[in-house]
Amino acid sequence: MSKTDELRATFFQESEDLLEQLTDGLDEMSGGEADSETVNSVFRAVHSIKGGAGAFALDAVVRFAHRFENVLDALRSGELAVNGQVLDVLMRSSDHLTVLLEQARDGVPDDGDPAGEPLLAELMALTGAEADEGPSEAEVNFQPMTLDLGDFGASAPAEMQFRVDFQPQDDLFKSGNEPVFLLRELCALGEAQVDCNTSALPEFDALDTEASYLSWKVELRTEASETAVREVFEFVDGLCVLGIEEVGGDSAGGGLPDLPDLPSADTPPSSEPAAADDAATKAAAPAPVPGPAASSAATPAGPPQKVEPPAKSQPPQPVASTIRVDLHRIDRMINLVGELVINQAMLTQAVKRDGIAQGSDIDVGLEELRTLTRQIQDSVMAIRAQPVKALFQRMSRIAREAGADTGKTLRMVTEGAATEIDKTVIEKLADPLTHMIRNAVDHGLENAEDRLASGKSAEGTIRLSAAHLSGRVVIEITDDGAGINRDRVRSIAEKKGLIPPDAQLTANDIDNLIFQPGFSTASQLTALSGRGVGMDVVKRSIQSLGGRVSIASEPGKGSTFSIVLPLTLAVLDGMVIEVGGQTVVVPISAIIETMRVPTEQVFQLGTQNAVVRIRGSYVPIVDVGAVMGYRPAVDPTGDHVILLVETADGVRAALLIDVIHDQRQVVIKGLEDNYGQVPGVAAATILGDGRIALILDPSAIVGHNGAGGAAVLTTPLAAE
Amino acid sequence: MTDQTENDAEDVNELIAFRIAEQDFCFNIMSVREIRGWTPATVIPHAPSYVRGVINLRGAVVPIVDLAARLGLEVPEPTARNVIIITQVDGPIVGLLVDAVSDILSVSEKEVQATPDVASNGSEFLSGIITREDRMIRLLNLGAIVPEKAGVAA
Repeated sequence: MSKTDELRATFFQESEDLLEQLTDGLDEMSGGEADSETVNSVFRAVHSIKGGAGAFALDAVVRFAHRFENVLDALRSGELAVNGQVLDVLMRSSDHLTVLLEQARDGVPDDGDPAGEPLLAELMALTGAEADEGPSEAEVNFQPMTLDLGDFGASAPAEMQFRVDFQPQDDLFKSGNEPVFLLRELCALGEAQVDCNTSALPEFDALDTEASYLSWKVELRTEASETAVREVFEFVDGLCVLGIEEVGGDSAGGGLPDLPDLPSADTPPSSEPAAADDAATKAAAPAPVPGPAASSAATPAGPPQKVEPPAKSQPPQPVASTIRVDLHRIDRMINLVGELVINQAMLTQAVKRDGIAQGSDIDVGLEELRTLTRQIQDSVMAIRAQPVKALFQRMSRIAREAGADTGKTLRMVTEGAATEIDKTVIEKLADPLTHMIRNAVDHGLENAEDRLASGKSAEGTIRLSAAHLSGRVVIEITDDGAGINRDRVRSIAEKKGLIPPDAQLTANDIDNLIFQPGFSTASQLTALSGRGVGMDVVKRSIQSLGGRVSIASEPGKGSTFSIVLPLTLAVLDGMVIEVGGQTVVVPISAIIETMRVPTEQVFQLGTQNAVVRIRGSYVPIVDVGAVMGYRPAVDPTGDHVILLVETADGVRAALLIDVIHDQRQVVIKGLEDNYGQVPGVAAATILGDGRIALILDPSAIVGHNGAGGAAVLTTPLAAE
Repeated sequence: MTDQTENDAEDVNELIAFRIAEQDFCFNIMSVREIRGWTPATVIPHAPSYVRGVINLRGAVVPIVDLAARLGLEVPEPTARNVIIITQVDGPIVGLLVDAVSDILSVSEKEVQATPDVASNGSEFLSGIITREDRMIRLLNLGAIVPEKAGVAA
C-alpha cells in the first residue's frame, strides 16, 4: 500500500467516526438539546470531513460538505433557529454525505453528484444564500489562538519580559526543523503566552503542503537573558523571520483567558514538511469553540438559543483513547488463545491421569493457569466486541431512505445502541437488518391516510433495539403498522404450495410462513423489497450466525421481529455427553434440564414416536443416536438420560442420550473450511484429550425428528 | 532409466508412492503437507462411507478419507501401523488413510502411460500408470478423490 493509499484509508476510517459524531449530534438536536456545544460538534465533524476530502480532491464531498457546513455555521451563530424542517434537511444531508463518502471510498467515479442537487438547493434556501461561488470566501474562520502553556519556571525576582515574533519560512520545514520544539524550548525558559497567527492560511484547497503559513507571537516572562532567548532559535537562524524585543518586566498577557483545551502545541505534529498544515488542520476544528458560542450566549438580544448548561460548556470531553488494529491480528490472537485453552485442558487431563494429588503444587498451579487462561480469553473476546451504534445509525439512514422512497413519514427510534456484540456478528447483521428495516417500512407501515383512518398518528414508528439477555443478544425491530394480514399470508402460502390447503396452523405458524423460501406478500414488486428472496434469506443469514429470528404480530398494532444472537462466535458453554459411543457437545443455552428417563412417564405415540410426560405436559422424545446415525433407534425406557431442550422457536423436545460427562466451555471450530456442513451439527470442538467432538444443533435435530410446529411447516417443502 | 529422467529435468516430478491393499499408488508430492500415524477419527453423521471422520491437526478440523474405501478396495479396520497423508489441493485440507508410504519417485512426464480402458470402477480416479522395477504404480488424480468439499458430496 502506498503512502497516499494509507492516508486515504485513514481518512475514510476517520470519516466513519466523524459521521457517527455528526449523527449523534443531530440526534441530540432532534431530542431538543440544541445547545451550542452540540451544534459545534456537528459543525466540526462536517468541517473535518470537508478538510480531509479536499486533501484527496473528492470534489463532490467538498462541495456538498461546504454548503452543509454553511447551514451549520448559521445555526451556530444563531442566524438560523433549529426547527423540525431544518433538522429534517440536516438529517438527510448527513445521510447524503455518508453516501457520498461511501461512493468515494468504493471508487465510484465522481459524476458531479446530481442526486445531491435538490438537497443543496434546500440547504442554500436555509441560509438564504444565493448560489455563491463555492467554498472560497472567508469560510475558514480561524481565530487567533491563545496557548497558555502553563507555569513553567517558578517566578523569580529578576524577571524580564520579551516579545518574540517568530515566522518560519518554508526552508525551516525543509531542513527538518519543527516549530513546536522551538516553542516548547522557549516556554521552558519561563512563563509564556503563545499566540499563533493563522491569518496567512489560504483556503484548504489552495494550501501548499510544503509552504509555511503560520507565525507565532510569544509573550515571555523569564529570568533568562535575551541571549538565552536568541539561543533557542540558533539552529533556525536564517530560516525564519525572528524578532525579539524586550518590553519590560510588567505583565502583559494577564488578560488573556485560559483556554481549557489546547490542541496544538502539546500535540507534536509529525516532523515532516507538512507539519504546518497538519497543525493547522488540528487547530482548525476546535479553535472556533469559544468564540461564537460565548458571544451568542452573552448577547441578550440575540436569536433564541438556549443558554449553555454549565456541564456542557466545558469542551474537554473525556475522549476514550483508542488504537486501530488490523482485524487479522486480533483473529490470529483469538485463534492462539483458543489453542491455549485446549492445550491447558489437555495438560489438566494428563496431570489428572498421572495421579497427581489434589492440592499439590502442580494442581494449584494448574488451577491458576486455568483461571488466567479464561481471563485472557475473555479479554481477547472483549476486543472484538463493539457497540452496535454504528450499525443502528446506518439502519436509521436506511429507514429514512425507505420512507422517502415510499412516501411514508416515519420516526426511527433506536434503543440500546451501546450493546456490544462481536464485530463479525455486527458485520454480518448489516444485510439482514437492512432487509428487515426496508420490509418494515415497505410492508409493515401503512400509508398516512390508512393510519389516520385507523386512529393512528400519520407518522409511523420503527423501533430498533438491542439488549443483552442471559448470555445472548436480542435485537428487535418493531413497527406500529398494520401487523401481518394472516388471511392473505395463508392464501398466498396455499397458492404457492407452501402449505397443504387443509393445514391446521396456529396464528404463530402463519406468521412464520413469511420466512419460507419463495414467499413474498407485496402484491406488486417494489424497488425496495419484494423480490421474493426476502425473509428466508434473512432467516438463513441469521442462522448462519448461530442465531434465531422469530416474529410476533398483532393485527392493527404492528409486528415485532426478534433476532437472538450469540455474543461471540468463538466459544460456547457446552455439556459434554455420550451417545452411541460418540462424545458430543450440546450447547448449554438450549438445555432446560436434565433427568434420567422416567420410565413410567414414557408413552408411545403413533408407530415410531414416543413422548415423555414432564410435569404434566407431553414432550416428544428425540433419539439423538438414531437421528445422527450412530446407532439404530433404541427403546427409550432403557438406561438413558434425557436432556430437555428448547429451541429459539420455543419448541421443546426431550433428547435421548446415553451419559452426561461434563460441562465446560469449548472453543468452536468450523467444519466448513475443510469439510462442509453436516445436518444436525453446528460446529466441532477439540476436547481435553485432543480429539474432536461435534457440537449438536438442537434445533436442527428436533426439526429432523418431525416434531414441533416448525417441522410441520417445512415438511411439504422437503417432500417436493 | 535415471539417466533418461535427468536428461529432461523440466518434466520430472517428485511423486509419493504408497500401498493400499497390496496395490501401489502415487501422486505429486507437492500436494502433501505432512504424513502422520493413524489416530482414531471422530465419526461424522450422514457422511459418505469413505469419510472416516475428522481429526484434530494442531487445532484444525481435518476430514479423513479412507482411500481403500474410496477406490472400492478391501477395507480393513485401521491400526496404529496405518498412515495418514495430509494433503492440500486448492483449499481444503484432507487426510488420506493409506496402508504405508513406500517410496518417493522421480518420474518424467514421458514415463506416465495412459490408463488402459477397463470396465471396473475406480479407474476414474487414475490419471495414468507408471512402471518401476516390474511394479505397476497407479497415478492418482487427487482432485477426483477429494471432492471440492467432502461434505457437499454427502
